[in-house]
Amino acid sequence: MSSAIELRGVEKSFGITSVIRNVNLTVAQGERHALIGPNGAGKSTLFNLISGYMMPTTGSILLRDEVISGLPPYQINRRGLSRSFQVTNVFANMSVWENLRCAVLWAAGYRYTFWKNIDNLPEVRERTARILGDINLTARRDVSAGLLTYAEQRALEIGITIAGGADVILLDEPTAGMSHAETERAVALIRRLTEGRTLLIVEHDMSVVFGLADRISVLVYGQIIASGTPKEIRGNPKVREAYLGEEAA
Amino acid sequence: MSDLIASAAPPYPAAAEKFKFYGLWIAAAIALLVLPKLFGSGGSLTTFSLIGISIIFSLSYNILLGQTGMLSFGHAVYYGLGGFLVIHAINIIGINKLPIPLPVVPLIGGLTGLLFAVLLGWVSTQRSGTAFAMISLGVAELIASSALILRTFFGGEAGISANRTKLLRVFDWSFGPQIQIYYLVAAWTLIAVVAMYALTRTPLGRMCNAVRDNPERVQFVGYDPHVVRYLAFCFSGFFAGIAGALAAINFEIANSAYLGAAQSGTVLFATYIGGVGFFIGPIVGAIFVTFLSLGLSDLTPVWQLYFGLIFIAVVVFAPGGITGLLMMHRPLLKAGTLTKVLPSYLIAFVPTLAMITGLILAIEVTVHYTVNPGDDSHIKAFGVNFDAASPYIWAMAAILMIGGFLVARKTWTWVGHAWDEATSMTREQGIAA
Repeated sequence: MSSAIELRGVEKSFGITSVIRNVNLTVAQGERHALIGPNGAGKSTLFNLISGYMMPTTGSILLRDEVISGLPPYQINRRGLSRSFQVTNVFANMSVWENLRCAVLWAAGYRYTFWKNIDNLPEVRERTARILGDINLTARRDVSAGLLTYAEQRALEIGITIAGGADVILLDEPTAGMSHAETERAVALIRRLTEGRTLLIVEHDMSVVFGLADRISVLVYGQIIASGTPKEIRGNPKVREAYLGEEAA
Repeated sequence: MSDLIASAAPPYPAAAEKFKFYGLWIAAAIALLVLPKLFGSGGSLTTFSLIGISIIFSLSYNILLGQTGMLSFGHAVYYGLGGFLVIHAINIIGINKLPIPLPVVPLIGGLTGLLFAVLLGWVSTQRSGTAFAMISLGVAELIASSALILRTFFGGEAGISANRTKLLRVFDWSFGPQIQIYYLVAAWTLIAVVAMYALTRTPLGRMCNAVRDNPERVQFVGYDPHVVRYLAFCFSGFFAGIAGALAAINFEIANSAYLGAAQSGTVLFATYIGGVGFFIGPIVGAIFVTFLSLGLSDLTPVWQLYFGLIFIAVVVFAPGGITGLLMMHRPLLKAGTLTKVLPSYLIAFVPTLAMITGLILAIEVTVHYTVNPGDDSHIKAFGVNFDAASPYIWAMAAILMIGGFLVARKTWTWVGHAWDEATSMTREQGIAA
């Protein structure tokens, strides 16, 4: 199986503080891979590095065997990698429909088009409508994104992330702050929407992680201390000590 | 699948809505045609021409401020350069007898604005916010000061002039009389407004809104916010150039004031006072500010002071501008709850007016003693004669201002209560307010 994402000796330091230390990680094509670790372990930083929001100090990042480290975020996105944010990051003054449509436009090939009426693009309309249905926000189509409930905004966040049709999806704590019922719905949604795609997910809720992931990597103090199937991770003494043990205690 | 799309996507506009939409544009065109028949004096035709020019300029500015979220302090650069190039072009065309009629000349101004936006915009649009604002200010100062230095091109203090009547004539229009200039400006205004409205409805136009709302996220849906801003900047420069060209044709002269900070400031005023949140906002602002600057300057010598006070009042009390204020009332109108608030407006109007009258009186008296203390104290402002030296006037100003404020403050809270009541009744009817 070929790799979707590969990190080779990636390091990131801010001044003298190193946040990511010699991380090697491979996410295979089509797998659901969870990244876990205690607060401040560098999970979000790792996401920022992969998605181009930050540049690694050393090391390289590959997307389907092509080096992407050093590229700006939009070029990485155009190559088929899309990410969500831990803190909801939508277009607050625009409607749900317009939010999703903005996320569809580039992939639909319209780029910086200024000679076509946006309401007369049937394929954009169709794709946007499909995503809107997928995230169950049809009833909230014309509401400003800033006025949605928290769970709805999280759903929209996922919708924007997958709307461009990227086949490598990075989700940063998609269920953070949700109630139990909302979390269950969100997990079902994620499972359905990432069918046949590669998923890298940061998550704190262990039931979500063990229910969803094919493989799990554990990041502690900027280093991957273990990588394996949920069963292997559960049985790994180093992980129990560094992370799961804390939870049990 | 098509069922799902039909139910999830917003419905296509019904025939009646389409009719209403196109009807509005046709009505606007007819209004522009008929306007000189109703107000045919030379003065009003000049005013209408200035309003048309200001509408194009303000809308071009709002492509930056309202739609893409870029605050420019130097938009007059593209307006002014468009004007200068057009004056030169008219002279060249006139001397060489080139077969180019006047009506297409504004296009030269537009292309000039576009060219300079293309050249100057790439660096300044790297960032929005403070960096963009500062660079725009720097560029504006640079161009404005070079206008006084490069005399051969800009004509120094006097500027350069041209004769617009010497060009190739079509339909025997000389473009000497103001009525012909009015129609030229009106036609270009309509074309530019339609074009700028259409731009907001394209993929680029919508991505401009996305960049305004959240430039960070735009990068993660495949767009480079810098390119979006740059393209918006180029369009904005193009339409500003057309406005500048029409101004130059109207006055048959271009001088350094076209490029100056005051011109950049005026367009910011007009756009903001009108309201940046709606397409029609800058149009309203352009009409309001043009009338105000023409009207106020006849009534008081310190009209710019009042201008500034109005701007501050809008920024503080109505950040949505005039259009924003009016649009706030639309849901109430729909729900029929507007009658709940109107009486409170009327009650609040009286003491507020008294307060403003007192303020004006105080300002005019102060101006008399600080600006022309040696002059006769019998002054005239806003068409009213009064004696600035009279203690009664001073007392009246103080009573109106302080008393007006104390009473008005009470009435404003009533307005607030009435507003809350009306909006909650509106919400009960299921209309978002």
